[in-house]
Amino acid sequence: MAQARSRSSRLRLGIAEHATGMIASVLFLAPIVWTVLSAFKPSQEARLPPLPPWPTTGFSVENYGTLNTFGDGLWLPAQNSIYVSVMTVVFSVIVSVLAGYGFSRFRFPFKDLLFVVILSTIMIPFQSILTPIFLVLTKIGLHNTLTGLVCVYVTLQLPFSIFMMRNAFDAVPREIEEAARMDGANNVTMLIRVMLPLVWPGIVTIALFAFLGAWNEFLAALVLMTDQSKFTLPIMMTALQSGRFGAIDWGAVQAGVTVMMVPCLILFLLLQRFYIRGLMAGAVK
Amino acid sequence: MTTITAETSAPARPRKLVGAGRRQWVGLLYVAPAVALVTVFFIIPLGMTAWMSLHNWPLMGEHSFIGLANYWAILRDTRFWNALRFTGWYTLVVTVAIFAVAFPLALFIERPRRLTGFYRTSFFMPAVIGFASASLLWSWLLNVDSGLFSPAAFDLGLTEKKVNLLATFQPAFWSIIAMVVWKVAGFTMIILMTGLQSIPSELQEAAMIDGAGPFARFRAITLPLMRRTLALALILSVAGSILAFDQFYIILRGGPRNQTLTAVYWIFNQSFVSFKLGYGAALSMILLAILVALSTIQLWLLRKPEGVD
Repeated sequence: MAQARSRSSRLRLGIAEHATGMIASVLFLAPIVWTVLSAFKPSQEARLPPLPPWPTTGFSVENYGTLNTFGDGLWLPAQNSIYVSVMTVVFSVIVSVLAGYGFSRFRFPFKDLLFVVILSTIMIPFQSILTPIFLVLTKIGLHNTLTGLVCVYVTLQLPFSIFMMRNAFDAVPREIEEAARMDGANNVTMLIRVMLPLVWPGIVTIALFAFLGAWNEFLAALVLMTDQSKFTLPIMMTALQSGRFGAIDWGAVQAGVTVMMVPCLILFLLLQRFYIRGLMAGAVK
Repeated sequence: MTTITAETSAPARPRKLVGAGRRQWVGLLYVAPAVALVTVFFIIPLGMTAWMSLHNWPLMGEHSFIGLANYWAILRDTRFWNALRFTGWYTLVVTVAIFAVAFPLALFIERPRRLTGFYRTSFFMPAVIGFASASLLWSWLLNVDSGLFSPAAFDLGLTEKKVNLLATFQPAFWSIIAMVVWKVAGFTMIILMTGLQSIPSELQEAAMIDGAGPFARFRAITLPLMRRTLALALILSVAGSILAFDQFYIILRGGPRNQTLTAVYWIFNQSFVSFKLGYGAALSMILLAILVALSTIQLWLLRKPEGVD
């Protein structure tokens, strides 16, 4: 009898817990789902309050078409965003793999000082040095170019990603390296053939953080990209939402927000464990 | 055998590799690109900020040295102090709100049960979209005509007419708080979860056998053992909030009546709207000093417990 009661009370507790979990999940997911669904309403309907969130007068991609008519269209800023994010990924991976390897496997003058200086830049808010960055970019002819923006984003990624890569290389046993060296591998072939396959989880992690960082960054892009043809998606969408291109079309805003969110969500769902790994590595140290 | 290897290799970590001095210099080549980038896009701009803050520096034309005049002007800049005060208030409120949501969520997902993976992923989803996307999304949801909240409240009969949530300070402020909590709580939750998972379960069990209730266990075991994780989550939240800009720019444009201008927003306005670059640099130095002070406190809070390496 007592056992039966405890089983039923445990069941009730379980139901209560899952009910709480479900309600909380719905609250967190709702705004995202709401936007993605509403973006598929026809233009007319998208202007009305999103009740219900799904299209009631038929699915349509009209909003994406409307979005394409503002400013330079949808494709140009999307292209800019893709270019900036991909280049940021490529260069932050190259630079931090090299630096991580160097810091992990070599002794050289000022090694510790350089490592500490690079890491400590994470404590300095880049928001406070944007004006000089603007002037530096002008000085070296990268003013108002996507390449300049990539340089800034790569630099912002470095403390985290060099730290990650240094740890990844530190975790590779030296015996493996020494064996390869006996076989006559030099530094470069060693790094590419022997080390990279062993540290690739770290590389995926820093690549993911670099992509999300560059794709989502707002303030630096707003300040440094003054030419409309160089706008990234967040800047273009903010211009649209502020009424810069005339009356605000909320359907187009929903479509634009969807375009901005979906790549992040897909990447995260695919590479979730690498993301959590990165967070944990940052949290534990 | 294995212990011997471990002992001999552990203290020799910065061990000399095969090959003589020359090979070691190669290391400098590997780190050179990183050092160059950090120098050009971080160290030099940092020095320039300090230098520019001593100048009258318009966008066009000559700049001139004016000593500490910018800093004296800051002392009289009531709008900057208002912005700083608002940023402080926002930081306090949003940090408390984030923890109030994230801590229960962390306790919830830390216990393995069915669907834990699903719950964790859904709580975390808003954290991977950008602040700009989230702000644009909520600026729509908060819109009085085409949004969700005002029309829904009106339809449900909660309000007599559609209320513009963004027109007055209080509802606008709390809307931003709600949006930021939605966006950031999952992130803080994961950080807190790593701390919870590092607590040995034997400790909790021993305390339970000694008759400690859940609240006593939370206070005597969970909280003290999570000190470093809590400090980290706290610092991340505080530093992030002090630098808040995107949401106030995109959703409120600093309004209503400039009441939600944050520190970074004010610096942005001075530097890139009014083009007072020198004055903006001086303001940046103040912000920098605040953040560096915070980092120092952070290092102190994150120090390893004594006697433990």
